[in-house]
Amino acid sequence: MGSEFVMLSLTPILIGILASIACALPGNFLVLRRQALIGDAISHVVLPGIVVAFLLTGTVASLPMMIGAAGAATIAVILIETIKRLGRIEPGAAMGVVFTSMFAGGVLLLEQSDTSSVHLDVEHALMGNLESLVWFAADGWSSLLDPVALAALPPELPRIAAVCALVAGLTYLFWRPLKISTFDEGFAQSMGIPTTAISIGLVIAAAVAAVAAFDAVGSIIVIAMFICPPAAARLMTNRLEVQVGWSTVFAVVSAVLGYVFAGYGPLWLGGQHAVSAAGMIATVSGVILGLACLFGPQRKRVGEAATD
Amino acid sequence: MWTTFLDALLLQAGYNAALVAVGAALLGVAAGTTGTFLVLRKRALVSDAIAHATLPGIGLAFICMIALGGDGRNLAGLMLGSALTAAAGLLLVAWISRATRLSEDAAIGAVLSVFFGFGIVLLTLIQTMSSGRQAGLDGLLLGSTAGMLFQDGIIIAVGGALAVAAVFALRRPMTLVAFDAEFAKASGWNVGYIDLAIMGLVLGVTVIGLKIVGLILIVAMLIIPAVSARFWTERTEHVVLGAGLIGGLSGYVGAALSASAPAVPTGPIIVLVCAFLFVLSLLFAPIRGVLASLLRHRRFQVRVHRRQGLLALAHSEAIHDRMTLAVLRRDGLIRADGVATDIGRAQAAKALLDERRWEIVRQLQFAEGAKANFDGLTPIEGVLTKDELAEVDRRLGPLSIVGG
Amino acid sequence: MKETPVKVAAEDGRIVEPPTSDDSPLAVRGLTVSYGDKPAVFSVDTIVPQGSMMAIVGPNGAGKSTLLKAVLGIVKPLSGTVSIFGESLSEAQQRVAYVPQRASVDWDFPTRVIDVVLMGLYRELGLLGWLTNRHRKTARACLERVGMVEFAERQIGQLSGGQQQRVFLARALAQDADLYLLDEPFSGVDAATEKAIIDVLKSLKSQNKTVVCVHHDLATVADYFDRVLLINVQKIAEGPVATTFTAENLQRTYGGRLAATHIDDLQLPAG
Repeated sequence: MGSEFVMLSLTPILIGILASIACALPGNFLVLRRQALIGDAISHVVLPGIVVAFLLTGTVASLPMMIGAAGAATIAVILIETIKRLGRIEPGAAMGVVFTSMFAGGVLLLEQSDTSSVHLDVEHALMGNLESLVWFAADGWSSLLDPVALAALPPELPRIAAVCALVAGLTYLFWRPLKISTFDEGFAQSMGIPTTAISIGLVIAAAVAAVAAFDAVGSIIVIAMFICPPAAARLMTNRLEVQVGWSTVFAVVSAVLGYVFAGYGPLWLGGQHAVSAAGMIATVSGVILGLACLFGPQRKRVGEAATD
Repeated sequence: MWTTFLDALLLQAGYNAALVAVGAALLGVAAGTTGTFLVLRKRALVSDAIAHATLPGIGLAFICMIALGGDGRNLAGLMLGSALTAAAGLLLVAWISRATRLSEDAAIGAVLSVFFGFGIVLLTLIQTMSSGRQAGLDGLLLGSTAGMLFQDGIIIAVGGALAVAAVFALRRPMTLVAFDAEFAKASGWNVGYIDLAIMGLVLGVTVIGLKIVGLILIVAMLIIPAVSARFWTERTEHVVLGAGLIGGLSGYVGAALSASAPAVPTGPIIVLVCAFLFVLSLLFAPIRGVLASLLRHRRFQVRVHRRQGLLALAHSEAIHDRMTLAVLRRDGLIRADGVATDIGRAQAAKALLDERRWEIVRQLQFAEGAKANFDGLTPIEGVLTKDELAEVDRRLGPLSIVGG
Repeated sequence: MKETPVKVAAEDGRIVEPPTSDDSPLAVRGLTVSYGDKPAVFSVDTIVPQGSMMAIVGPNGAGKSTLLKAVLGIVKPLSGTVSIFGESLSEAQQRVAYVPQRASVDWDFPTRVIDVVLMGLYRELGLLGWLTNRHRKTARACLERVGMVEFAERQIGQLSGGQQQRVFLARALAQDADLYLLDEPFSGVDAATEKAIIDVLKSLKSQNKTVVCVHHDLATVADYFDRVLLINVQKIAEGPVATTFTAENLQRTYGGRLAATHIDDLQLPAG
């Protein structure tokens, strides 16, 4: 059991956990800024970003892809702002215009170019391939100390670990400006905090998290983890610090339970094949949010904002 | 490829292709007009939640139809199933944003991703079922008209026509609510029901569009035409018409294009045609287009600096602002060394006179509207009538104070 | 980057310089701000002397808040200059405290009263500066000054409008500035809060700090402030309350929108 678990399940579970945390951390601020759907938009524009990066470099190396995705996210945000201002159009509609158009362009580019040699297709983009990220070189827990086996870890694991650490580090470093410009943008500006740079930085950090997670787990998890754990956490507490803690816990629980249910659930129910782990992780995060909506201690609005 | 495209455009590429093109055009018109009301109600992305929430319904309908011994790919059955879960998703969005402190956008994102994720779970479950007839379901993600059945074409064309008819029948109350919900309420309309009708139409368009545009991109057909049309006109009725036109054109041309490239999913092609029309509107529309706005802002900035500069000249104050100096020099109002020219002095005197006239206007009871419009820039002759102006000048007294 | 003013000769050849006051707490010259194609503030000049308490008064939509926001760099002016203690805004940032309108933030934000006050110390703390007991003591002292120390651990959404305003004032006190800019601090607050706020502002004045308030209640201008700036897109008048806050100037500021009887109620000196 032990060796089979380490070989087949340990790395997918770890990747799922790290991807979920990397998305949930910026998600807290996106949800509080009423920008939850930026997460939705980002996860759509990641596709054209990496397709263009692939067409330009001819490889599926991770760095060009991340740059491509971050670039696409930045372009999307600039376009959304432009359309919003020029057309005096609500943010949701501006977002809808931009991300659907870019996604459609990405799909068409993908279908028109020869990507059969590499693992790049729409289905993969949506669902990822978490189940296939196994650690063949492992033969038990002892492999964790074996440099040879460690060298054969799926490359997605160190990559998402690095991105998760980066996102956590940035969140810690910029905690104060993020918090104050999210709560009171005018006051933050009066203190000389560059709030526009902070918002764009937040979106770019979210884009980097999205593309690293996307690579391993697909865009469904990305959207679900941007929104569901932070939203559920908001209903548990009235303090931002505690909320971020809860969102991390929910992200981890969703990843672990989702992976286990996807792999073993059908067997318990008499089926023979596993179902999509990415889809199941999103489903579990939704169930957690549903429970928080029903029973979360801080689920109700208290004192409405100012009366005038 | 060009000949196939032209054939398709002229409905000569076969009976099925013609049906698809007509169906896509009708769908585009229905989506564009319906979407206008959605965008004006500021709830554009609710449609994204509705669209993604169709996926579990598709999976469940397929499983049910197989279990009942039927063909899992029956389009009518899949549409019914998708409508049910889409409605459930819509209700959940409404419940979360009403019963908890979460805002609507968080509710939309949560419902969208969770329903879609669960739908993917069902699709993978179907793939492992021994029926082996699962192929075709993933065509509903991005739209696929290749190998479409004749009866499916009929369903889409009839559905599109029905949706257009429903929008036409409900256009007055929907316009009223979208423009001013408070007024609609005061005039006795039930705003809740009309909102429900808008959402019902969105749901209908989504379900009809599954086969052609696919559930991931149908939201584009609802939003982009309305936003594009918004750049061309300020009037609600015209936005509705324009959005219908842009949507219909995108559907028709997109479907014809896709007939000449059958390997590519239809949804992205239609959406890209639509996006192309949007970019044209964004750049070149005369009302709110980028070019028009840039020109207008530049002209406005020059007017502000010119007026400020003239007042400074009249008050014999130093001018600090570089742009003000540049504008005054360009118009020949000051010399290179900063001294006012004759024209400059004359115009400065006129600016000062207008300024004093405004002082008087502020103390008078008439021209309330004019006061509200005061912005320091519009020439006073354009705001007050001649007799009002004469009254102001009478109170101002002898004009000798000008330039004093 | 100061610009050297170009001297402009008047008709009779006189050269007139605007009054300069190089180190006054706030000097605004020719400030114009527009939203879209309509100026909200047009060519406003003002110089606020050290130690004064100035009210910015004018009808709704007259550009009062916009003027304040342009001074703080929150909205970008179309033209004009702002100097604070003779320096640019970015150089003098740590000498300015700001109290935004209460309605401008989301009071459902997950945070407590004491956390909001601590935000006033972020400039001092920097990105990673360790939050010590001294900072918490400072924050509690600021809450004490506005009578809110018992509410330190409360979630901000549970406060009344007046209490929220006091928290914002405490945050500005924590900034320990020399120039305080307040946007409608008395709007929609109870009488007790109004008194608490004005007491704090007067104590700031007694320390020779400068206070500028956007203010909408004409009845209290004479009691609370010693200087007034009347604007309606353009500056109408500016100066000591006793000589500037007159019926005539108010009529010019508000036009027909202010009933004559209302002005009579204010018992102003004749214009």
